[in-house]
Amino acid sequence: MAINKNGTGYTFGFAIVMVIVVGAALAVTSMSLKPRQQANAADKKMMDILGAIQVESTRDNAKEMFAQYVTTRIAIDATGGQVSLKQGDVDTKDSTDPFNIDIKKDYRANKPAKGDLAWGNANALTFPVFECDKEGERLYVVPMVGTGLWGPIWGYVAMQGDMKTIYGATFDHKTETPGLGAEIKEGFFTEKFAGKTLEEVGPTYFSVLKGGAITNEHSVDGITGGTITSKGVDEMLNRTMGIYLKYFNNASQRAER
Amino acid sequence: MSTENNTAVEPKRESLFSKNNRKLLKDPLDDSNPITVQVLGICSALAITVQLQQAVIMSLSVLFVMIGGNVIISLLRNFVPDRIRIIVQLVVVASLVIIVDQVLKAFQPDISEKLSVFVGLIITNCIIMGRLEAFALGNKPGPSMLDAIGNAMGYAWILLVVSIVREIFGSGAISLPGMGQVKFLPTSWFISEGGFYENNNLMILPPMALITVGLIIWIQRSRNASLIEEN
Repeated sequence: MAINKNGTGYTFGFAIVMVIVVGAALAVTSMSLKPRQQANAADKKMMDILGAIQVESTRDNAKEMFAQYVTTRIAIDATGGQVSLKQGDVDTKDSTDPFNIDIKKDYRANKPAKGDLAWGNANALTFPVFECDKEGERLYVVPMVGTGLWGPIWGYVAMQGDMKTIYGATFDHKTETPGLGAEIKEGFFTEKFAGKTLEEVGPTYFSVLKGGAITNEHSVDGITGGTITSKGVDEMLNRTMGIYLKYFNNASQRAER
Repeated sequence: MSTENNTAVEPKRESLFSKNNRKLLKDPLDDSNPITVQVLGICSALAITVQLQQAVIMSLSVLFVMIGGNVIISLLRNFVPDRIRIIVQLVVVASLVIIVDQVLKAFQPDISEKLSVFVGLIITNCIIMGRLEAFALGNKPGPSMLDAIGNAMGYAWILLVVSIVREIFGSGAISLPGMGQVKFLPTSWFISEGGFYENNNLMILPPMALITVGLIIWIQRSRNASLIEEN
């Protein structure tokens, strides 16, 4: 071959061909694996929601367990009004299913200003609630997203039928410090939330206090060495509950009538 | 930091398992081990050796990326323009890593979650770029593949040993992909249950990986005289 391997033209040509080939290969891989990945993500979400009502599930039985325990999926708006309602099997492709509301994406796009307990633009958003039936007890699972020390944190909090008492909670994180902030996902921390109640008037409905503090029925002890992550949980809970309590109050008024 | 085995330019056809080629497979396991002798790829060795199952998946991922990268670069070695060869290597490695990451997300979601950023960081694993630049660019695909397998295995066995040590002493358990973690110590042994034993939490933290690697280097050097420097 009499091509000059070090010529500018050849170098550019090589680069262009390489990018096209590699781009095509990656696009094909990504597209062919996407359905599986989305199914995995949906299973994980179901496991987390079930975790909040203290039901253990695995990836294999997440779907059946979810169908067994979660009776209704509701979407609400920022004023606490009900927007839509779905029952029956979850369809991960149906964008009107409240199960598919991506609160992580909504949160990224509408980050609250620093120190503010409101969403950036809550009026345009809808928020999902999962109504569950566990051995005859009615529970409501509320998903939430916030910011820890290094990256996003999220969780699911289950409320009892009185809509004031916390039944259970699960938290998770992307990149919190192992052994410190990352402990929010461990049982010893999430267990503390069970049985606590939310305060009736805001904006602070619940507190995650700095390590070693004396707690009452509206607060839990934070994680030593994980102060900023604990604060993130605190902020996430109060901001989210600020919206959901409106819905819960409406719902309990309806129930009284 | 020896890299003498890179100059294997064969004048005539050699069988794939000739003496030279066997050396390619064997050397990285001991004499020129990427971690203990060349001290490359330490970052991931520290980060993902808390549990055996993570180390196994990481090793397999590195094995795949190394073989793929070495063979592809070796096939392209006569076409890659010199001036952009590092970029070409990077693109090949990066695409292979993305494929691994996507496959893990689809088929091993729990482990993918645990490995998190470290799969992506295979791209920056010095062993891989080092072998591409030092070996695959100057050798045929066959030997390049053996070199990749050898080096990936050299990386893998250190990772496996370190993670076994750390998991046994740190968590009192052993885990394998698809089988979960098996705790083999009876719970009655633990102090919290009135026993005498406690897991060593220090083993879970990254510094202990470094110390474990150090111990392996110590043992290796005391047995292998060729690794000891003159003064």
